[in-house]
Amino acid sequence: MPKIKTYQEINQKLKQGKAVVLTAEEVSQMAQTVGPEEIAEKVDVVTTATFGAMCSSGAIINFGHASPPIRMEKIRLNGVPCYEGLAAVDSYIGATACDPENPSYGGAHVIQDLLEGKDVVLEAWGKGTDCYPRKYIKTKININTINEFTLFNPRNAYQNYNVAVNTTSKMIHTYMGTLLPGMRNATYSTSGELSPLLNDPDLRTIGIGTRIFLGGTQGFVVWNGTQFHTTKPKNEYGVPVTNAATIAVIGNLKEMSPEYLQAVYYEKYGVSMFVGIGIPIPILDEEMARRVSIANSQIETSVLDYGTDGTPKLGQVTYQELQSGFIKVNGKKVRTAPVSSLAKARKIAAELKKWLQNGIFEISQPVQLFPKNTSLNSLKETEAEND
Amino acid sequence: MIKKRYVLNFPPESGDKPLSYHLVRDYDIRINILKAEVYPGKRGSLLLELQGKKENIEKGVQYLTDHQVICEPLDKRIHFQEEKCIDCGNCTAVCFAGALTMNRESWKLEFDKNKCVVCELCIPACPLHLFEIDFR
Repeated sequence: MPKIKTYQEINQKLKQGKAVVLTAEEVSQMAQTVGPEEIAEKVDVVTTATFGAMCSSGAIINFGHASPPIRMEKIRLNGVPCYEGLAAVDSYIGATACDPENPSYGGAHVIQDLLEGKDVVLEAWGKGTDCYPRKYIKTKININTINEFTLFNPRNAYQNYNVAVNTTSKMIHTYMGTLLPGMRNATYSTSGELSPLLNDPDLRTIGIGTRIFLGGTQGFVVWNGTQFHTTKPKNEYGVPVTNAATIAVIGNLKEMSPEYLQAVYYEKYGVSMFVGIGIPIPILDEEMARRVSIANSQIETSVLDYGTDGTPKLGQVTYQELQSGFIKVNGKKVRTAPVSSLAKARKIAAELKKWLQNGIFEISQPVQLFPKNTSLNSLKETEAEND
Repeated sequence: MIKKRYVLNFPPESGDKPLSYHLVRDYDIRINILKAEVYPGKRGSLLLELQGKKENIEKGVQYLTDHQVICEPLDKRIHFQEEKCIDCGNCTAVCFAGALTMNRESWKLEFDKNKCVVCELCIPACPLHLFEIDFR
């Protein structure tokens, strides 16, 4: 049994510039000829990354107090509604928020405009109180005028995701893109063997307090993500074959780059935001080496019919098949397309690798690991009382 | 022999002339109509693939121009803000013509405008709205 490495030892090596850092794709390549035991000895950290639409994202903003002050009880940024139930001048703007009159510009666009240094119109209303007498304010804000500007995303970086097809005779518009009728295309979303949570499927090293690449700067995993599900069916390589675990992340938007955050609008669906996340995985032992060695041919996911109620499962395919350009579903050859950017995910993995090699990014041991054996409740409809 | 796609815009008065027939007979051009929108008395737009000798195609295009038909290579009518593209792949999902594809090595978007059939599905499919096609 090879020696078990500690986080401290790996950080020491990173500081001295002696650590061996590979991307998850590089280590999967290496694993074709080298066993996990040797990988555990030779490799210290593996970088993983993803750049895809993550709807459950948003920003905490503190606007600062005006004179005379206002208790903001209704808030709009460029017309987009923001949460008003957080004290006088704190707010949270969700990426998918929008004015129904202008559905193609939403919270993600406001975040991006601020990030790019643009002015954004703030309009707020209050009832007027003894300590906050003002009832209305309309002004311009930008990234320099606001106090905190913190990205806080309740659910990001899904561990695996479904493949979407449409068996009906009508084109449908979804967050998985435009699905042509008669199963004439199939879309998939994760970066496969490069995807963060697929490289540590049991979440041994990713937990509360894990330092990560977030939007171009250093951020943190702060909690398990919402809809965190650890008991989904797994394949023989221990990887869930559908969307399973998630993470909640936080980071300073003032340090982020528009290169790694991108507002998007899906026709007849709504606004979302592409978020760039990179997670370093320390190779503590042979078990972790085996996990990060996983290849696209060993990662499977479920093909679901998004055109039919209940999204029935039509099959199971590997990421190797998905990335080849075609999959077989019920005997039919179906053209595939990604809907998250593997090119950008690679850039993030390479950037994080550079940070680690240059000793400017320390890996961190989770303060606490995520809960085990979780599953989800669905929303039951019980009769609400009238009046 | 070359093969190239052109967008033709017909003014109302030229709508009833058999222009494509002359392209075939007088200039020995093989034509393939990929998309046509004709509104009699108003205007017409056509996506044509022209195949033939280079000089014949040039002459054919001149013939059309002489008959008040605006005739421009398709790639001049497609506007794609490439520098803003994030290579997500959404447009490749709908491009059944195979003009928009992902490079399987770099996973960057590749756009072969000469394969476009102006179905215009990429316009709403792009979550960044980077495509515009000037067909009409």
